[in-house]
Amino acid sequence: MNPTQWQPTASVDNLKRRAEVLAQIRQFFARRGVMEVDTPVMSHCAVSDPFIDTIETAYRPHFQAEAQVLYLQTSPEYAMKRLLAAGSGPIYQMAKAFRNGEYGKRHNPEFTMLEWYRPGFDDQQLMDEVEALVSEVLGDVAISHYSYGELFQHYLGLDPHQADARQLAAVTRQHIEIELDDDDPDTWLNLLMSHVIEPALASRGAVFVHDYPASQAALAKVKTGQDGTEVAARFELFVNGIELANGYHELTDAAEQQARLLKDQRSREQLGLPCRPLEMRLVAALESGMPECAGVALGVDRLVMMALGTSNIRDVLAFPLNRA
Amino acid sequence: MANYSSNQFKNGLKVMIDGDPCNMVDVEFVKPGKGQAFTRVKLRNLLTGRIWERTFKSNESVEGADVMDRDMEYLYFDGEMWHFMEPESFDQVAADENAVADAKLWLKEQDKVMVTLFNGNPIAVTPPNFVELEVVETDPGLKGDTAQGGSKPATLSTGAVVRVPLFINQGEVLKIDTRTGDYVSRA
Repeated sequence: MNPTQWQPTASVDNLKRRAEVLAQIRQFFARRGVMEVDTPVMSHCAVSDPFIDTIETAYRPHFQAEAQVLYLQTSPEYAMKRLLAAGSGPIYQMAKAFRNGEYGKRHNPEFTMLEWYRPGFDDQQLMDEVEALVSEVLGDVAISHYSYGELFQHYLGLDPHQADARQLAAVTRQHIEIELDDDDPDTWLNLLMSHVIEPALASRGAVFVHDYPASQAALAKVKTGQDGTEVAARFELFVNGIELANGYHELTDAAEQQARLLKDQRSREQLGLPCRPLEMRLVAALESGMPECAGVALGVDRLVMMALGTSNIRDVLAFPLNRA
Repeated sequence: MANYSSNQFKNGLKVMIDGDPCNMVDVEFVKPGKGQAFTRVKLRNLLTGRIWERTFKSNESVEGADVMDRDMEYLYFDGEMWHFMEPESFDQVAADENAVADAKLWLKEQDKVMVTLFNGNPIAVTPPNFVELEVVETDPGLKGDTAQGGSKPATLSTGAVVRVPLFINQGEVLKIDTRTGDYVSRA
C-alpha cells in the first residue's frame, strides 16, 4: 500500500458517466416491470465451476468463537434462481461479485455484475432484450448473430463440436505458443476462442455468439442444433472483441442440475482444486418448480468502459484492487 | 535467480525463455467466461530484439533473468569495442557492435548512457533521450533564413547524419532527439 496513492484511478467525469449508466439500467428495468432484488454477497455455499475461484471470509458469532467459512458470491445466480422458484417473477440485480485471481486490464477481483431473469423467455428473446439494453447505453447498436460452430469454421476451418483434443491441440499450436498438455477439448476450444476468435471479432462491432458446445453448457439447457448435434442454449455478447455478457436458456431439470454440480466437484477433485460446499438448495428449488426462463449476466464495469471508449477497467473503477 | 509465477508477471519483468533473457513488454490476464485462466505475454528477446507472444498457464512459473540496467559513462571506442565505466565503482565493461547497435550514432565521450547487463555482460546500450553533438560537415548556411523552409543533411561528430534547417553551420553544436534521430534545436 502506498499512502500517496489515495486518489481514485477513474476521473470524476468517468464516475459521473458510470452513475448515469447505473441509472439507465435501473430505468430500463423499471419500465419493463422487472423487479430489482438484493441477495446476500456472503453464502454458506460456493460456485461449483472448477475454473472460478471463490474468495473465502470468516464469520464469527463472537470474536473468540471459532470462525465459520462463508463464501463471497462469484455471481448472484444461485440466490436469484431460488427467488424465481419462490415465485418472484422477472427479476434483476446489480451486485458486487468476487473472483479470486482475476486481475488485469479487463478484470478486477471485485466487480459489478448485472444479472437478470425472464420467466417465459428463451435465449433468442433474451438476446433481443440484451440488445435493447446495450443500445440504450451505447447508442443504437446492431448486433450480429453467429453460432459458435460457424465462427470456428470461418476462422479456423474446424468443427468445434466434432474435433477431438488432439486435433484441437494441433490447430492451437499453429496460432499460440504455449506449453500445455491437456486432454479436455474445452481447454483448447477456450484458448482458440480467447486468443484467435475474440481478437478477430474486434473488427465486427457487437456480436452474439450462440449455440456453444454442449460440454460448455454450465447452467444452460442442452438442445439439438440445426444439424442434429447437441449444443448448449447459451450465448455470449462480444463488443469490439471484449466479452460483455453470458446468457442461458436456463436449466430447470433438478436431476440434471444435481448431476452437473457433482460432475464439477469431481473435476475439482481430479484437478486438485478446493472442493467447497455445493449449493444443493438450488437443486431443491428446481425440484419444487422453477419457471422456464432465460437469464443473463453482464459486466457493468465493461459496459461503462465501452460507453467511455476506454480499454482499461481502472478508468471506470474508483479504487481497483491495488488501491482498495 | 528467483522463479516468477504467472500471477506475478508484469511489464518490465526480465525472465529466461528458451535460454535467452527476455523483457515482458505487455502482460494480459485472459479468462474466458467459462474455462481456465491464462496469462498472455508479449516478450522481447533482449539479445535478438525479436518481439512475440507466448501464453502461460495460471500456475506456470519461469526463471528470472539476471538482467540489470546500469547508468554508466561512455569512455572510448578502440576500433572494435565500446568501453563504458560505472562512475562510483570505476568498473569498466566493453560492449561489442551487437550490443551497441544504433546507439553508436549518439555516443559522445563522457556522456551518461544506460548499459543493460546480462550475467554481467553488456547486451544493450541506451543513449540519453537528448544529446548535444557538433556538426562536422554540412553545406554553408543561408543568411537570413531562420524561420522556415527546407532542410539539408548534416554530419555530426559521431558520424550520424541528420536533417537540419538551412541556417545551421559547420562547427555548431546541436541538440538531437536520439529516439527519432531528429534535430531539436541549437544547443
